[in-house]
Amino acid sequence: MNHAHHHGGCADSCCLQVTDLSVRLGGERILEGVNLHMHCGQMVALIGPNGAGKSTLIKAILGQHPYEGSITFHRSNGPEQKLRIGYVPQSPSFDRADPITVLDLFVSCISSRPAFLPVPKALRQTVLDCLKHVRGENLIDKRIGALSGGELQRVLLALALEPMPNLLILDEPLSGVDVEGMALLMDMLHEIRNRFDLSILMITHDFSMLSKYVDRVALLDRSILAIGTPSEVLHSDAFREAFHLGGEKA
Amino acid sequence: MNLWYALVELLPFEWVTLDFMKNALLAVCLMAPLFGLLSTNIVTGKMSFFSDALGHSAFTGIAIGVLCGLSAPIWCAVILAVVFALLFSVVRQKTHQSADTVIGVFSSTAVALGIFISTMGGGSFTKFNTFLIGDILSVTPREIGLLALVLLVVVFLWLLFSNRILLTTVHPQLASSRGILIRRYEMIFTAVIAVVVTLAISWVGLLVINSLLVLPAAASRNVAKNMRQYVLFSVLAALVCGVGGLILSYWIGCSTGATVSLLLALWFAVSFLLRKRSE
Repeated sequence: MNHAHHHGGCADSCCLQVTDLSVRLGGERILEGVNLHMHCGQMVALIGPNGAGKSTLIKAILGQHPYEGSITFHRSNGPEQKLRIGYVPQSPSFDRADPITVLDLFVSCISSRPAFLPVPKALRQTVLDCLKHVRGENLIDKRIGALSGGELQRVLLALALEPMPNLLILDEPLSGVDVEGMALLMDMLHEIRNRFDLSILMITHDFSMLSKYVDRVALLDRSILAIGTPSEVLHSDAFREAFHLGGEKA
Repeated sequence: MNLWYALVELLPFEWVTLDFMKNALLAVCLMAPLFGLLSTNIVTGKMSFFSDALGHSAFTGIAIGVLCGLSAPIWCAVILAVVFALLFSVVRQKTHQSADTVIGVFSSTAVALGIFISTMGGGSFTKFNTFLIGDILSVTPREIGLLALVLLVVVFLWLLFSNRILLTTVHPQLASSRGILIRRYEMIFTAVIAVVVTLAISWVGLLVINSLLVLPAAASRNVAKNMRQYVLFSVLAALVCGVGGLILSYWIGCSTGATVSLLLALWFAVSFLLRKRSE
């Protein structure tokens, strides 16, 4: 597997290195022998059929799920520094009736000041600055339950960027987002990646976006079946088999 | 206490000369903010059925305390309720069954055990009536001091942890990705609810205590636009309906807990109509 063609060797340019990872859940093997190397500054898409273990892999990387094997992180400016991961969860359905605004969500995440107390101007400005990254300043006083799918993803993205991570992980950021919102979100991710020099790993089911935005695609079904450029993976036999394309129509 | 008595006697009501009313008024003023504050967390966390179940376990604890011949069975109830709450947290994390089902299992077990113990050996159930209906007028200055202490502790905990508790209830996965130990905060939260519910049960009554933990926030949600209004309206509603319910129940001569609940229900109806209009 040639994963070192971008920069020098893997040791100094790999930002995330998953080696021989296995995850068991109640006796069942969800992931087995997963190897995934991600270079700094890359945008990598993780694809795979339902139940392939994509979310489980992300949970393991986030340290929320026990695993066997190794997951190591490096930073381009020195491997000993701890890598900061920003995480955008799968589009959650917030209760529409909850009187929790975008501002409240931010305050409860980034401040130690209780969200039920008045918000000082400086803190509100900090939140506005965070929302600026995703062009979402106008959303600050909206209730999180009243946001559209695209708006919610942008808010969660802004939240994941505070504090600024080295690795950004997104779990299906495009589900529940309309076509226009998708392009906006992908453009935004591209811009953020270039501006802040971070690596992005995203689970997606939307293959139409891959060739335009993504550097590498990893096809997962219990283990990594194919990895490479979008066109390499999308035209591979493994891809056709995993999604039952070609021979038998699904 | 004397300062409070002097202050209350300035009020233009005939009952201000009665010590038990002055005590009850102070107890209500301490309990209402507590319930108003916790109410928002319970409703946002979809745990209204859980706090109801805790009330049931408190009753069981009291029954066990009485059986053991303790002079203050309420402490037995507090301990049992906290154990119950923590056990519930653990079981909920270990099973794939919905929280709703797990609560049902715990709640019905607690009630059954309580009735079993209290009627063992042909015992009469009537001595437990005070816990079912509650009697705020029986509150003593010592107990008021305890209430004040609980209020202080909860406010302190909430100043420290309310953001993390909020995030844990709103989106556990997001919370844990931000380094919040969600199990710890779930446990702190459930243990606090357990203590508050159990201590309040002999004054408010098992049958209506849950309305005090659900209605303030439920009504507040109808009109609040953000967290600050949510908590403020909830605390205010609890306070106004608490004091109003106490005075009304004195005039009418009925249970205070029930009167407060009815006032809160009325406020919920009003807030519901207000919501319709503002949309």
